[in-house]
Amino acid sequence: MINRLTQMFAHFILLLGVLLMVIPIWLAFTSSTHDNVTLITEGMQWYPGPLFIENYDEVLNEKGGFSEEITATGMLINSFIMGLGIATLKVIISMMAAYSLVYFRFRLATPIFWFIFITLLVPLEVRIFPSYKIVSDIGLTNSYTGLVLPLVASATAVFFFRQFYKSVPDELLESAKLDGANSWRFFIDFLVPLSKTMIAAMFIFMFVFGYSQYLWPLLMTTDEKYWTVVMGMKLIYVELYEGVSLPRVGQRFAYIILSIIPPVLIVVLLQRWFIKGLIQTEK
Amino acid sequence: MSFINLKNVVKVYPDGTQAILNSSLSIEKGELVVFVGPSGCGKSTLLRMIAGLEDVTEGEIDLDGNRINEIDPSERDIAMVFQNYALYPHMSVYNNIAYGLRSRGIKKLEIEAQVTNVSELLQIGDLLSKKPGQLSGGQRQRVAMGRAIARDPKVFLFDEPLSNLDAKLRVQVRLEIKKLQRKMGTTSIFVTHDQTEAMTLGDRLVVMNKGVMEQVGTPMEIYYHPKTKFVAEFIGTPSMNFITGSIKDKTFKASSFAVPAKYEDKDDVILGVRPEDISITKATTGVKCKVELIEKLGSSTVIYCVDMKENQLCVSTQSRASVEVGDTIHISTNNKALHFFDRETSKALTK
Amino acid sequence: MKKVQFKSKYTQYIFLAPTLIIISIFLYLPIVQTFRDAFTTQDAFGFGRFFAGWDNFKFVLSDPSYLVALKFTFIYIFVITVISCSLGLLLAVQANKVIHGKSAYKTLLIWPYAIAPAVVGVTAQYFFSERFGILYALFNSLWGFDWTANIFDAYIYLFIAGSWKQISANFIFFLAGLQTIQKSVIEASLIDCRSSLRRFWTITFPLLMPTTFFLVIINITYGFFDTFGIIDTTTIGAPSGETKTLVYKAYIDGFRGLDLGAAGAQSIIMMLLVLIITIIQFRYIEGRIHYN
Repeated sequence: MINRLTQMFAHFILLLGVLLMVIPIWLAFTSSTHDNVTLITEGMQWYPGPLFIENYDEVLNEKGGFSEEITATGMLINSFIMGLGIATLKVIISMMAAYSLVYFRFRLATPIFWFIFITLLVPLEVRIFPSYKIVSDIGLTNSYTGLVLPLVASATAVFFFRQFYKSVPDELLESAKLDGANSWRFFIDFLVPLSKTMIAAMFIFMFVFGYSQYLWPLLMTTDEKYWTVVMGMKLIYVELYEGVSLPRVGQRFAYIILSIIPPVLIVVLLQRWFIKGLIQTEK
Repeated sequence: MSFINLKNVVKVYPDGTQAILNSSLSIEKGELVVFVGPSGCGKSTLLRMIAGLEDVTEGEIDLDGNRINEIDPSERDIAMVFQNYALYPHMSVYNNIAYGLRSRGIKKLEIEAQVTNVSELLQIGDLLSKKPGQLSGGQRQRVAMGRAIARDPKVFLFDEPLSNLDAKLRVQVRLEIKKLQRKMGTTSIFVTHDQTEAMTLGDRLVVMNKGVMEQVGTPMEIYYHPKTKFVAEFIGTPSMNFITGSIKDKTFKASSFAVPAKYEDKDDVILGVRPEDISITKATTGVKCKVELIEKLGSSTVIYCVDMKENQLCVSTQSRASVEVGDTIHISTNNKALHFFDRETSKALTK
Repeated sequence: MKKVQFKSKYTQYIFLAPTLIIISIFLYLPIVQTFRDAFTTQDAFGFGRFFAGWDNFKFVLSDPSYLVALKFTFIYIFVITVISCSLGLLLAVQANKVIHGKSAYKTLLIWPYAIAPAVVGVTAQYFFSERFGILYALFNSLWGFDWTANIFDAYIYLFIAGSWKQISANFIFFLAGLQTIQKSVIEASLIDCRSSLRRFWTITFPLLMPTTFFLVIINITYGFFDTFGIIDTTTIGAPSGETKTLVYKAYIDGFRGLDLGAAGAQSIIMMLLVLIITIIQFRYIEGRIHYN
């Protein structure tokens, strides 16, 4: 039954919601296209200004940082590597672990599940200093491996894949066995293709997680070559903030906008898979 | 004025799909009407329009003298039993039944009495504290019925409520629904794709196809006097036999058939004969056929055969015919039970 | 568990190996280290560490600023969860209802989920800065808002910055949850109950319980850990340490003072808190919200 009034109300609420989500980023974008004098004297700007190309070009190509070794482009690439590395590795090793826990009969299955699961209790932030110490003892500071590996181990993805595998009908394995598939074949030929939506959902989830990391790269990277765009947030373009030159507000807004584009694009483009995957795990 | 009136009802979905084409129907108070047809024929859509779960694109639906097109489903005083029962999974059986009453502000004591009443009637008294998840399919079906009955509505709507039950239970519940409906005398509409269910349950049937009501009538009317080829084919198992031919000089002639037909001369006529109206003759006067397949059902035997002109024919016989696959038999039709249809319009010929 | 499974001497361990190795090195080793730190203390000459019993814990828990952080953490988590859950749910219900423009709304409401907390923080900084801040100006004109001096104002600053992107996350999960509810159950309630508000509270909301509990945990974890990036880019604890979460405080203390014992003890207390939350969650899930 279509009720006009409830429809209008729904649109009204949704529009408010959209405004709440869009306005801050719109303002950041429009402000990123103005010169710093305007911004400092008049505040944030509601409409786009003339300096779009100039500001973005400057941010993307100018070497920043203390020793001026890295551009925002380089930092974006680093962030992308971090997000991609964490997401890919996490999905692969978690699928394998969950597969083993669900599809193999062995006595250690339950203890191992708990061994993995209990790590949910200790996110990186809780064990940040000891983790740093170990990574630096192994000699992984200032490396992509050091940025990625410590964040790859997580119980979340194992847990989600385990839930999903449990919902796969038993008949699938039975018929695969009748067709002569061994455990490797079954995993690669049956389970992986079947988990496509779950893989997509987990990948997006973990990419956003990896890309958003702030504290870990901040601690791990002293070499500016490895700076990521999110950790640079607080460091870049502020060096002149207290000096004689004008604060570079326009450039900072451009930097903010650039930094959110990659993960937002991934979420928006893959949203259908994302929601589908979430519905699957709910079941 | 009938109890329920559908006047030129049309349903078009936003994407342009025409679900119901100009349909009109009157249902009397206390009647049990069955909408029957193949899947996608619009029977459920029509039911849901009466329930208020779908908008009416054009036309009018009246209930008890009032137009209900714009009335909220909860205010129409109807109750519906869904195909998957749609019980509230988080509520106990008691609360499932009581929910509709509570929402209408009925007093607690009255609700209690009503739920007890209903649960006795349906013998679900010992299930009241359980959750739907703990019930068997048959029990869930009963609870869904109980939820509908409890409110004592003007109309019951059943949307294929038996299709999730196993065959034996289905027959049993079918009988119970019929008895219950008689006892309560509540006007009911029942949707099904199963023609046996339709025939046994309905006071009247509405046979639907592609959004059109093909025929409305009592089960016997529909069985013995189908108005269209579709109705003739859809109702009755095994399905009616059809042979194309023409009528000349009060005789229908097809490749290997010749039967009397008291109609005007006409080309492109389809003859319809039900399998039970064909019999095997001992004499060699009938149409000669070769037996291709035999289904022995116990009470009857169904013989699939093919005549010399490759027409497929199905014969149903009560006698324990000692026929084997590959045999040649001779058959003849009961000439009082023949149906003739216009091949172009598919409509039954009129005298 | 599965009725049919593979049986093998070692294959299962090959599948498990990558996870187990990484977990052991990067999770269990640091955890062991944390416990060692927490129960030992540096000797006066810096030669080694010796057993200190519960001293580090006593030290941490007797620190008034720790209790301030504890209180703020709980308030912060609670407020973020309530704001973002309720707004996310409201939007999801409306988005599930509209007939036109559904996917446009979905896209426009989903994307902030992808923005990193630190980026949200840096952006919020501008909205709340004295020089540029639109919100600063608005609130300042209303009640003389100044988060650098007033605790309540600093709270508001962080509540807004912390909840904003979380609305989007909650929206996504609630929308997915709503889509798993059987359509016919909702239809049955349409026939049973007139008031849409009552229908929501008696049918839709209870059926969303599994999603809600899942989200409460997600939000608690977010409020606990992920808000680090927000605080570090906004108030940095202003006015004077009242807006530090436990995680933030542990980091700052460890970084500045390099008192590993105290940092370890703080970490273990946080682990305990997360453990309690997890147990409560499991209790609730097992006990209440399994329908089929």
